[in-house]
Amino acid sequence: MIALERRPQPSRAWSYLSPLLAVIVTMIVGGIVFAALGKPPVEAIRTIFWDPLFGDFASYFRPQLLVKAAPLILIAIGLSFGFRAGIWNIGAEGQYIMGALFGAGFALAFYPSEARWLIFPLMIVVGTLGGLLWAMIPGLLRVHFRTNEILVSLMLVYVADFMLDAMALGLLRNPEGMGFPGSRNLQQYPAAHNAELIANTGMHWGVIAAFFAVVAAYILLSRHVFGFNVRLAGQSPRAAAFAGVSADRMVLICMGLSGGLAGMAGMFEVAGPSGQVLASFNVGYGFTAIIVAFLGRLHPVGILLAGFLMALTYIGGELAQMNLQLPRSAIQLFQGMLLFFLLAVDVMTNFRIRLGRKKVA
Amino acid sequence: MTKTLLALAGLTKAYPGVIANRDVSFEIQQGEVHALLGENGAGKSTLVKSIYGLVKPDSGAMHLNGQPFAPNDPKAARAAGIAMVFQHFSLFDALTVAENVALGMEDPPPLRDLAGRIRDVSEQYGLPLDPARIVGDLSAGERQRVEIIRCLLQDPKLLIMDEPTSVLTPQEVEILFETLRKLKSEGTAILYISHKLEEIRALCDTATILRLGEVVGDCTPREVSAREMAEMMVGGTLHVPEREAGPEGEVLLKLEGLSARSPQEFGTPLRDISVEVRAGQVLGIGGVAGNGQDELLLALSGEMRTDPQMVQFKGRPIGQLPPNDRRGLGMCSAPEERLGHAAAPDMTLSENAALSGKTRKALVRNGFVDWGGARDFASIIIDRFDVRTPGTENVARSLSGGNLQKFVIGREILQDPDVLVVNQPTWGVDASAAAAIRQAILDLAANGAAVIVISQDLDELMEISDNFAALNEGRLSAPRAASGLTIEEVGLMLGGAHDMEVAHVDA
Amino acid sequence: MDLSSINPLLLLASLMVASTPILLAALGELVAERAGVLNLGVEGMMITGAACGIIFSALTGNAWVGFAGAALGGLLLSFLFAVLTQVLLSNQVATGLALTLFGLGLSALLGQSFADARPPAFPKLDMPILSDLPVLGPVLFRHDGMVYVGLLLVVAVWYFLTRTRAGLILRAVGENHEAAHALGYRVVLIRFGAIMFGGACAGLGGAYISLVRVPQWTEGMTAGAGWIALAIVVFAGWKPVRLLLGAYLFGGVTVLQLNLQAAGLAIPVEYLSMSPYVATILVLVILAAGRAPGSLGKTFHASR
Repeated sequence: MIALERRPQPSRAWSYLSPLLAVIVTMIVGGIVFAALGKPPVEAIRTIFWDPLFGDFASYFRPQLLVKAAPLILIAIGLSFGFRAGIWNIGAEGQYIMGALFGAGFALAFYPSEARWLIFPLMIVVGTLGGLLWAMIPGLLRVHFRTNEILVSLMLVYVADFMLDAMALGLLRNPEGMGFPGSRNLQQYPAAHNAELIANTGMHWGVIAAFFAVVAAYILLSRHVFGFNVRLAGQSPRAAAFAGVSADRMVLICMGLSGGLAGMAGMFEVAGPSGQVLASFNVGYGFTAIIVAFLGRLHPVGILLAGFLMALTYIGGELAQMNLQLPRSAIQLFQGMLLFFLLAVDVMTNFRIRLGRKKVA
Repeated sequence: MTKTLLALAGLTKAYPGVIANRDVSFEIQQGEVHALLGENGAGKSTLVKSIYGLVKPDSGAMHLNGQPFAPNDPKAARAAGIAMVFQHFSLFDALTVAENVALGMEDPPPLRDLAGRIRDVSEQYGLPLDPARIVGDLSAGERQRVEIIRCLLQDPKLLIMDEPTSVLTPQEVEILFETLRKLKSEGTAILYISHKLEEIRALCDTATILRLGEVVGDCTPREVSAREMAEMMVGGTLHVPEREAGPEGEVLLKLEGLSARSPQEFGTPLRDISVEVRAGQVLGIGGVAGNGQDELLLALSGEMRTDPQMVQFKGRPIGQLPPNDRRGLGMCSAPEERLGHAAAPDMTLSENAALSGKTRKALVRNGFVDWGGARDFASIIIDRFDVRTPGTENVARSLSGGNLQKFVIGREILQDPDVLVVNQPTWGVDASAAAAIRQAILDLAANGAAVIVISQDLDELMEISDNFAALNEGRLSAPRAASGLTIEEVGLMLGGAHDMEVAHVDA
Repeated sequence: MDLSSINPLLLLASLMVASTPILLAALGELVAERAGVLNLGVEGMMITGAACGIIFSALTGNAWVGFAGAALGGLLLSFLFAVLTQVLLSNQVATGLALTLFGLGLSALLGQSFADARPPAFPKLDMPILSDLPVLGPVLFRHDGMVYVGLLLVVAVWYFLTRTRAGLILRAVGENHEAAHALGYRVVLIRFGAIMFGGACAGLGGAYISLVRVPQWTEGMTAGAGWIALAIVVFAGWKPVRLLLGAYLFGGVTVLQLNLQAAGLAIPVEYLSMSPYVATILVLVILAAGRAPGSLGKTFHASR
């Protein structure tokens, strides 16, 4: 007989071990799936996890790692506060898009300004604000109408997605673009370009912002009373109320924080690596960041590591697509599986498994 | 000539780290009222769950009417003629009375017929109940009637009752006892679980006493004194709190027409409560569960905001202030539910110390929590209130009920409040911890604080209050001096028998 | 713009068709939620159902087999959810999200080699007399079988929940799992059943999109229908008959905006396309009523 038994204290060891175990199990099951697709499993896993870092063309892929990890980390850090507090913003993808639209829209409104010292910092502010405002919609609706923030924030992803299409074809379309959809390329607009800071490293302002967010989140969570209140609200809402934490204010702050960071990530992306407001701008970072947040155990350092791991699966996935004709969807499946196994293994943190009949002491 | 109905032989059940029952043996005769007596944590619940099929004993055997009896689940137990009235957790708020009854029966008739039978039985036993009402809207006493009727409809041979009187006024207790005596006269055996000794003396034929999972004795309650039973139960002499009557000072807390809607679904609104508490005074507020106790605490702690004038602290209106502002002024509180309200289960004791202590103990500077200070505060609480735990970094959930309650009460008292409000300070706590907590509350009052103790334990209130008032359907009676109040007077203040009637003796 | 090109009868008729996928998925989710389980993976189960529907019908040439395969696909996926949340006690919100992400990947993988498959024709039922009624005939009685399966399921679920003992027990489990356990009901087992019914229904709903509505396979083709189904359950206050109303309301908005697009309304297509999602939010804000089951979304672990 197998029985689950609640641990008197959550296991620290398991809370570190379970993400690792989940990654290993995902690799094994992923390998089986790849084999079932007729691809060599070991080679596929190696192509995804090893080659981008240490393979023949690693010097090309390594900078990509920072470029892909930065938005994931930035968004996931924001989400982790809400997830800890039991506030489920799952519309980061929409907030990311709105951040990009606001940031790019602001810059393009002043085209062709030369005042980089003014335009670029204000783009960051405006982009952040765009994501924040978009996230405030589900936040305010929850506070005032008790509307479910999960559903509203998700619906707004679709709305933002159509908004992006509309902007790429309408208001923000490049007037000199010969009728092609898409805005002017911000990479060719020096005042607004989020360029690589050190050549061939992938390091741009968004990467710096992501690292800064990790450090700030760590301090907030471990030392600041806000972090304490967040943890309290998530673990025990009534105890939080007793401690004087306002549930409504918590919703607004957490939604605003996650939306703002997602918006900032979108702005850095559109001004740098992507360059253009285009229908294909968003590639699901907002959703993958949910996996990153959980895989990192909602802990800033964990999120940092998980962000790099997920960035690796994006890059490695592209590589496997080219070299092994592994379908893109297989990588998507792989990412979903990772979260699944993580949740499954997670049970060990709070419970232990007992085999056989209990003995009388 | 009586016959053995249920015989337990050597029942043992262990949980990790604790043996709930060790080698428990006793017999219940047909048509007897058998008391199962013991402190919290003595293993009473585990034992009756074994009989009801919810828990499988590790070893030992049961015989029902001479036949081996090992129910796999409650259905099997019900089929064998065993019914149980639970203390908690067995009603469904959003469903009707009839649906709730049907869920507790093996082969319920169609709901329409069942409604008729509920009316008949409730009439017959003096437990009036409308089958169509939603259970969440019922009072605690009415909810218990649902459970009892659910059992009675199955003609049980053995009725198990777990602390049934904690939700009843003294008058209602009397009426319940009439119902139980009637059942007994019809041949039903009753296993009656309680720690209220006078009740057991009034009702029960025999008593088995459990301590730390073992049977430590049995007796015929009518023939021994309550004190003797108490000492068997606790395994030593009881410490009775002492109090020094201090001088009564100025009015520290004044409630003036306090009215508020309950924030909870199926909660009770507060209706026009007015009362004063002076320095050095303990005001005991009694009442049957679900009459506005939780709401009153929320209104005083600041979790529920009201008009400013409704709550006045030293003459200053504070009804609109949130919890930490009230703490800053000198008003602390301790809610009933230890785990999940007064303390966060998965947080350490240091973190839980900061939870309500951060304001008065200045544990937050420039927004940053002083964790060293929180740890020191936690260890002072542990030390001064004799909280048994390996250390400040253990999570609240790992503490026993009594120890966590000492921690929670200690946390508030050590903040040196001018006004302290506590709800059910000793609920589910062993006798020695309860005595320590009551003593601490009295000491705080003796040092000049005004204290409100909300409790459903009338003995406790009579022991520690200067004044007594009763909550009934969200209204508070005028307070009266506690000394000299008789149990009948208290009962009437609590709302008397509500609409219960004595069981009709025909049948 | 030419509004006269919009035929109100056709509009009503296509409303019934447009609302069927969401109705099916929402109905399944309603049963799961009444049992106390919040499964946010509806979108993932629907899209997997859509892929399975295409695959099974392409392999057999029979649309009904496609629907059966889709139900099976959704059911298997929901079984995973059930194991995670009921046995391994994982957080239902997180697990539901995982299920959606997983389902999107899985369906893309399953469906990729069937991108060119055209599902077999799914005939409309021709009901003698009824189909020929003026007005009512074209609106109500000339649809394919799944439209009526959906309607029958609404009635069946309503009957089950309000009139049967099994339904009462299911509601009891959703209302207060501790109490249900104390009375001896098998909380976990009952929830497994409810979750899997939900999965099968979501699968059917997804297959209706890929086999009837579109009809072909494209990645991510459910486009949020699963989330809208979740919203409609809230809107309906967990009551089956109101669910029908919610699904029709949503179907109406969808059909209307499609018709307006076709009629060439002077608003960019993108703004019309977002209207169903905006409408869903508005409905949640204005009309959300009713009381959620007491144990909804809470983890159950039978301890002492």
